Amino acid sequence: MRNEIPQSERSDMTRTIRGRVAIAGIGETTYYKHGQAPEPEVKLALRAILSACADAGIEPRAIDGFASYSNDRNEPSRLAAALGLPELRFSNMQWGGGGGGGSAAVGNAAAAIAAGYADCVVVFRALAQGQFQRFGSAPPAATASGEAALTFPYGLISPAQRFAMKVMRFLHDHGIGGGAQRAIALASYHHAQNNPRAVMHGRPLTPEGYDESRWIVEPFRLFDCCMENDGAAALVLVSAERARDLRQRPAYLLGVAQGSEYRNAARGHNAPTYASASFTTVAPRLWAMAGLAPKDVSVVQSYENFTGGVLMSLIEHDFFTAEEANDVLTLENLTAPHGRLPLNTSGGNLAECYMHGLELQIEAVRQLRGQSSNPVPGARAAMVISGPMVTPVSSMIVGTEEML
Amino acid sequence: MSAAPAYYLPAGLPRPVAEPDGLDAPYWEGTRRHELRVQRCRSCQGWQWGPEWICHRCLGFDLDWVSVEPRGRIYSWERAWHPVHPALRGRGPYIVALVELPHAGNIRMIGNLLGDPMQTVTIGAPVEAVFEPHDDAPAPFTLVHWRTQA
Repeated sequence: MRNEIPQSERSDMTRTIRGRVAIAGIGETTYYKHGQAPEPEVKLALRAILSACADAGIEPRAIDGFASYSNDRNEPSRLAAALGLPELRFSNMQWGGGGGGGSAAVGNAAAAIAAGYADCVVVFRALAQGQFQRFGSAPPAATASGEAALTFPYGLISPAQRFAMKVMRFLHDHGIGGGAQRAIALASYHHAQNNPRAVMHGRPLTPEGYDESRWIVEPFRLFDCCMENDGAAALVLVSAERARDLRQRPAYLLGVAQGSEYRNAARGHNAPTYASASFTTVAPRLWAMAGLAPKDVSVVQSYENFTGGVLMSLIEHDFFTAEEANDVLTLENLTAPHGRLPLNTSGGNLAECYMHGLELQIEAVRQLRGQSSNPVPGARAAMVISGPMVTPVSSMIVGTEEML
Repeated sequence: MSAAPAYYLPAGLPRPVAEPDGLDAPYWEGTRRHELRVQRCRSCQGWQWGPEWICHRCLGFDLDWVSVEPRGRIYSWERAWHPVHPALRGRGPYIVALVELPHAGNIRMIGNLLGDPMQTVTIGAPVEAVFEPHDDAPAPFTLVHWRTQA
């Protein structure tokens, strides 16, 4: 699965963010069921940003940049005006939909700090779906054109429907059974039971409950699909030097990569590498920048739009091969503290909150600080994989001081 | 006793229209004549689908639209249960197929797989196109479905 990176590119260590930038603060609002946020989306964003600043122990007016993804509606200029920022120096939107830009937004913010464009950049995402359109239902339009014209008239409309055929083909090609997707769903629900912030806290899922749940679109059952939620999340990034003087133990960026493989967006499901989470070229670049291998990573947060996407993401990041998937993907292996590959330890998009994946970056930081509700003992490096099957996707690794 | 439904999926789903810049108009015009037209580069003879203004192989702009034999084999599929659009409420499961056309550079086409929605679907199975004209639509159009070959 791994594409080799040319040695000439690997050796250029001046062009890296490894160890140069850290996540110094994390913040979030209460997480709500979709449509149930008591406040407007922009107010949720402001609350999460202030919460992240308080966590870091920095004055909010030190913020001088913003980065987000998936066409977040809350523009940096409005946020800067609302917060009374003395100066706005960096405003960045990662192109592409879904949660594919979550780690890329962190990488873009880090690049801005490393390049000297800004000193304190907030990565954020806010969603209030009562105020706006839901993701999982069709947009109210009488006609469809372009890509949509090739799919909507055939009832191929929602994200679940858009990605089911990728997973169906992958499962077919590699003889992977339904137990693999089930284990991913069970792990998220298991972890959410220890996380009081989780929307599904107090709502455990049993294997029988999974098996009896209705099909949304084969091969996805109800519990293979993410929730939709309201809330906001934010991260404060500063240089590694500055982070050492702040309140929290820094989570250093060890690597970030974004993109997708050859002609991933070829229209009408014509991507040459179709049965893919879109990481076959991205993951090798992430490992190369971090200078790490899968054995070095203690815990993985992998964006669940659909469990089949997690399955392919983990394989494309070399945690195991497709042929090993049936054996590796068990609840025991995926559970903190002692599983072989603790996965989505906050409950993730399935059971904590669909904060468009940014709750996964927060959980990775918590793991390194020892603040997770499902701690992995001695976690020194944590991976976040953002938005499988869309394009572009992105992934990142954060580590403690010992990993530098 | 009601007549068999005229269309595989109920009316009311979004209707396909050609893009304002005309890129895919030859495709939709072709379906009205029960022709499956796709792009082929006049310079390098490469096949291209979905449509684009440039050939991804040789970067030439001289793209032709050619009719291809409307048959292929199932590359992937899904059975959709949850109604994501009001027009689909009460419809029950339906099948979407992704069909590969080996005689046209392995380009892929999307359509519904006609017949029993609970049928066993086999990846690799040969299928042929079935054109479904919607002549009663405000701007008439034709969809391209698939059915397994006997």
